[in-house]
Amino acid sequence: MDESKKPKAISRRKFIKGVGTGIVGTYVVPSALSAIGKEEKKGPKEDWIPISLTVNGKKVRVKVEPRMTLAELLREELELTGTKVVCNRGECGGCTVVLDGKAVYSCHILALDADGKEVLTVEGLMQGEALHPLQEAFWEKDGLQCGFCTPGQIMAAYALLKRRPRPSVEEIKEGMSGNLCRCAAYPKIIESVQAAAEKMAGRSS
Amino acid sequence: MKKSKFNIVGKPVIRQDGLEKVTGQAKFADDINYPNQLYGVMVRVPVAHAKIRSIDYSAIENHPALTTICDANDIPGAKKVGPIKQDQPIFCYQKIVTPGDVVAMLVGESEEELLRLRELVNVEYEPLPVLTDPRKALEPDAPLIHPELGSNLVIHHPLRKGDVEKGFAESDYILEQTYTTPFIEHAYIEPEAVIAIPREGNKGVHIVGSIQNPYTTRKVVAAVLGWPLAKVRIQQAELGGSFGGKDDIMNILSARAAVAALKTGRPVKIRYRREESIQESYKRHAYYMHYKVGFTREGKIKAMKIDIIADGGAYSSMTPFVTWRTVVQATGPYEIENVWTDVRGVYTNNPYAGAMRGFGSPQPIFAQESIMDEIAVQLGMTPDEIRRINGFRSGSITATGQKLEKHDVNVLTVLETAVRETDFARRWRENQQQTKKRLDLAALEEAAANPGPFILHKEDFLEPEEVLRKGIGLAVSFRGTSLGAEGVDAVAAYLSLQQDGSAYLLSGLAENGQGMRTTYSIIAAEVLGLRPEDIYYLDLDTGYVGDSGPTVASRATLMGGGATKVAAETLRQRLEKVLRRHWNLPETTNFVFADRTVYPENQPDRKIAFAELCNLAYWEGVNLATIGWYSGPKVHWDESVGQGPAYFTYVYGCQVAEVTVNLSTGEVYVERVVAVHDPGTVINLLGAQGQVYGGVTQGAGYGLWEEISVDQGFIRELNFDQYLIPTSKDIGEIVPIFVEGEERYGAWGAKSLGEPTLELTAAAIANAVRNATGRRFHHLPLNLEEILLGRKLYPTSKRGSV
Repeated sequence: MDESKKPKAISRRKFIKGVGTGIVGTYVVPSALSAIGKEEKKGPKEDWIPISLTVNGKKVRVKVEPRMTLAELLREELELTGTKVVCNRGECGGCTVVLDGKAVYSCHILALDADGKEVLTVEGLMQGEALHPLQEAFWEKDGLQCGFCTPGQIMAAYALLKRRPRPSVEEIKEGMSGNLCRCAAYPKIIESVQAAAEKMAGRSS
Repeated sequence: MKKSKFNIVGKPVIRQDGLEKVTGQAKFADDINYPNQLYGVMVRVPVAHAKIRSIDYSAIENHPALTTICDANDIPGAKKVGPIKQDQPIFCYQKIVTPGDVVAMLVGESEEELLRLRELVNVEYEPLPVLTDPRKALEPDAPLIHPELGSNLVIHHPLRKGDVEKGFAESDYILEQTYTTPFIEHAYIEPEAVIAIPREGNKGVHIVGSIQNPYTTRKVVAAVLGWPLAKVRIQQAELGGSFGGKDDIMNILSARAAVAALKTGRPVKIRYRREESIQESYKRHAYYMHYKVGFTREGKIKAMKIDIIADGGAYSSMTPFVTWRTVVQATGPYEIENVWTDVRGVYTNNPYAGAMRGFGSPQPIFAQESIMDEIAVQLGMTPDEIRRINGFRSGSITATGQKLEKHDVNVLTVLETAVRETDFARRWRENQQQTKKRLDLAALEEAAANPGPFILHKEDFLEPEEVLRKGIGLAVSFRGTSLGAEGVDAVAAYLSLQQDGSAYLLSGLAENGQGMRTTYSIIAAEVLGLRPEDIYYLDLDTGYVGDSGPTVASRATLMGGGATKVAAETLRQRLEKVLRRHWNLPETTNFVFADRTVYPENQPDRKIAFAELCNLAYWEGVNLATIGWYSGPKVHWDESVGQGPAYFTYVYGCQVAEVTVNLSTGEVYVERVVAVHDPGTVINLLGAQGQVYGGVTQGAGYGLWEEISVDQGFIRELNFDQYLIPTSKDIGEIVPIFVEGEERYGAWGAKSLGEPTLELTAAAIANAVRNATGRRFHHLPLNLEEILLGRKLYPTSKRGSV
C-alpha cells in the first residue's frame, strides 16, 4: 500500500521542524500561570526555551517546547480553552487570536514566535463583569449556534474593527471569510459585526 | 391558535447558552480534563479490505510511555455494535473492511509518544479484493464485505403502488435520467472528543463527551461492557455541531474510552484531529439514482419508476432507516397513481455512511426535482406550472398509500409564496430565451492555437458579461416529521419550579447547537407567564431524565417541545389549584399567567407575583417538579410493498435559487435563495432564521463544492484545505419566509425545520444552473469541472488529475 495513504499524524509542525509526529505539546513547564499545579511531565528538557509575552494584559514568563504552537501554549499550558483547534492547518480560523493587534491563526504560529508579543484571546475581552460590545452583539444578534467557532469569529471581528471601525457589509464578509462556521450563522455573524461596530462607535464618541 | 395569543412564542429570543459561548467559557469535551487522565490513540492499518492474521505489540509493550493497550480481547461484552445490525466492531479482530477501521488503542499519558509508538505495532494481514463501486456490490462475484451475512445487501425497500406499466402505456412521453450524489462529510467544527471516568465502588462509569445521542451511547457502552444500562452515565459536554454526525462514531469512541478507563482505573480521553475525524467518522450516503417518468402532454405524471442504490460503505449503521425515508419521499410531493420504487442499501469498502441532516432526502430531491424541470422544459411549461398540476392537495394519496389529511398540506402554498416573492415564472422564461450569443469555447481554443496578427482589437476580447449567465430555479419537497415508522417516538422533559419562581428545565433530547434549550425555555415560560431567562437549563445526563430517543429527524421542537409544554401545564394546574384554594375561587376559574404574575381571567387587578405563588405552594407541600411526557401517534408500515401511513404529519418547503454562472470558469455564484417553509408555529424567530441560514448554506455546499471522493476506499479530502465548506463570502442573500398554520401536534403545532431547509437547496441550484446554461447536470457537486468539462477531476498519487 502506498506510503502516502498511511493514516498517521499529518501535522504542519512536521515540516516546521522536520521531526516527530506530535499532535499536542504535552511538555508541561513551570510557568507564571501554572499556579494550577500541574505535575511536570517528562520531555527533552534541553529543548525548552524561555519566552515572555503578554496574554490578555498579563505578563507571562513561560518555557516552551520548540515545536509547540501558540494554540497549544494557550490551551494546554495556560488553560485558556476558549481558543479552539479545529483543523490545525490554518484553514478554518477556529484558533484565531489577536497577536500585536492582528488576527492570526494560533495553530499556525509557533509559541516561540510569540516571544515579546501581546496576545489577546476571547477570555481577555471582558472588562470586569461587562461584556465587550462584540460579545454583546454576537449574543443579541444570534451570531452563533453551536458556539465552537465563536471565539475565533469574535477575535477575527475584533481585529477587523480595529483596522476598519465602520466596515461595509462587503468588507465584513471579506474580513470574516477566514473563519468557517458549519452551522452557517454567517448572515447573523455579519449583523453582529455591524452591530458591534455601531456600539463601539457610540461608546467612543 | 392565533399568533397574537402568545407573549413570547414567535418573537426573537436570545440564546440560553449565549453568555458562555461568547465568553469562551462554554466547556466543550476537549476543554475538560480530569486529574490523572490518560489519552487513547488509535492503531489503524493502511488497507481497505483485509483479513487480520495477527497483531504484534512486542516492539512497544515494555515502553515506559505505554500504560496499556486495548483491543478486542479486552471487551467483556458485545464486540460488535450498530443501531440496527450489529456489524461494526469496537476493535477489529477478524477483518479490516475500510481504512478508517481501528484494531487497537494505545493508552498512555502522552499522545505524542503514543503516536510514535503506534507506527511500531505490527499487524499482519492478508489483503482481499476491494469493492468500491456500490453498483457492483450485488454481482455474484463481488467480494463479500461481511461474509457471515452471505450478501452485500444491507436493505432493500420496495414500494409498489398501482400498475406502472399501465401508467407508462397511458403516457404521451417518457423521460429517463440517471443522477448521482457523492459522500458528504458533516464537517462539524468541533472534532470528536470523549472522556471516560471510572467511578468509585459499584457506581460504574461516567462518560463526558461531544455526544449527540447520550441514550444511544449508553446502550452501546453498556452492551460493550456487559453492564446494566443504569451503571453507565453519559453526560453531554457542550456540543460543537453535529448535523447527525456525532452518533455511531461517538458511541464507539465512548465504548473504547470506557474499556480503557476500566482497565487502567484512570480517566481516559480520546480526542480526534480533523484528519482522523474525517477518516473514521461516517458520511452522508452516496446515491446512484435512475428515474423513469411517464407523463401526458397536459403535464400529468402517470407513472414513476425509481431504482436507487445507496452506498452504505463498510457498516450498516443507519442505512436501513436512511433509505427508508428515501423510499417514502422519492417521488416528491406529487400525487402519482402508479409507482414502482426499489431502494437498496449495500456494503462496500468505502467509508461507512449513516445519519446526516436530511437523512436520505437531499439525494432523491436532487433527482426528482431535476426531472420535474426537464418535464416542464419538454412540455413548454414553467417549473411552477408542472408542479401545480401534480402537487399534493389536502386528501391526496402519497406513493406509500397514505392519505394526507388532518394537517395543512402546504405544497402549493409554499410554492405560490416563493414564486410570487421572486417573480419566478417571468424571470425563468426570460433566462430560457437568453438571446446573448452562446459562448463558443471550442472556437476560442482554436483561435488560441492559431494566433493571428499581434495587434488585437476590441472585438477580439470577450466582455465580462458575455461569459456570465443568470439563472433561476426552484425545488419543492414534503418531509415526514420525526421518526415515523422507524421506531418508538416519545420524549421526556423535567421541569422543577423553585420557591422563588425560578425553574430548572431539562429534556431528554440534546442541545447540538440548534438552540433547543432556548426553544424549550420559551415554551415553558409561555405557559407559566415567565421570561425565558427565568428558566435554568440543566446539563444533559442520562441519569436525570428518561430515555427520550435520539435528537434526530428534526424532532426536537415537535417532540421535546410537546413534552416541555405538558410539564409546564402540569405545574401550572397545580399552581392554579393552590390559588383557587388561597383565594376561595370556584373550580371553574381560569387564570392568566403573564409577566411573572398570575391573576383570575378578567380580574387583572387581583394579581399575585409568580414567585409569591411558588412560595405559597412550597409551604403547602405541593410538588413543584414534574416530568412531562410526549409520545407521537402510532404509525405503521408494510415492508413488503412499502405501503402505510409512514409519518403522522408532514412539512412542506419551496426554495428558489438565483445564480450567476461564469461560462468561462464554470463558477456558479448563488446570488439569492428564497426559502419558504411551513414549520407550523415558529417558537423562536431567531432560532428559526438560524436554521434556514444554516440549512440553505449547507445545501449550497452540497450542490456546489462538497464531495468526499474515495480512492480504493481511501478518502482524499482529509481536512478543510481539500474538503471545501462554504465561507461567509460564498453565498449571497438568504431570505427565510415562514408559512405558519394550524397543527395539532407538539407545542402549539410547532413542527420541523432543521432538515427541510437543507434538503432542497442543491436541487434548486441545479435547476437554476440549467436555466442559466441550457444544460442539465446530473452529478453533484456542480463544481467548476462539472460545469466546464462535464466531469469531475480527482488528484492522483502521481502528478495530475484523473
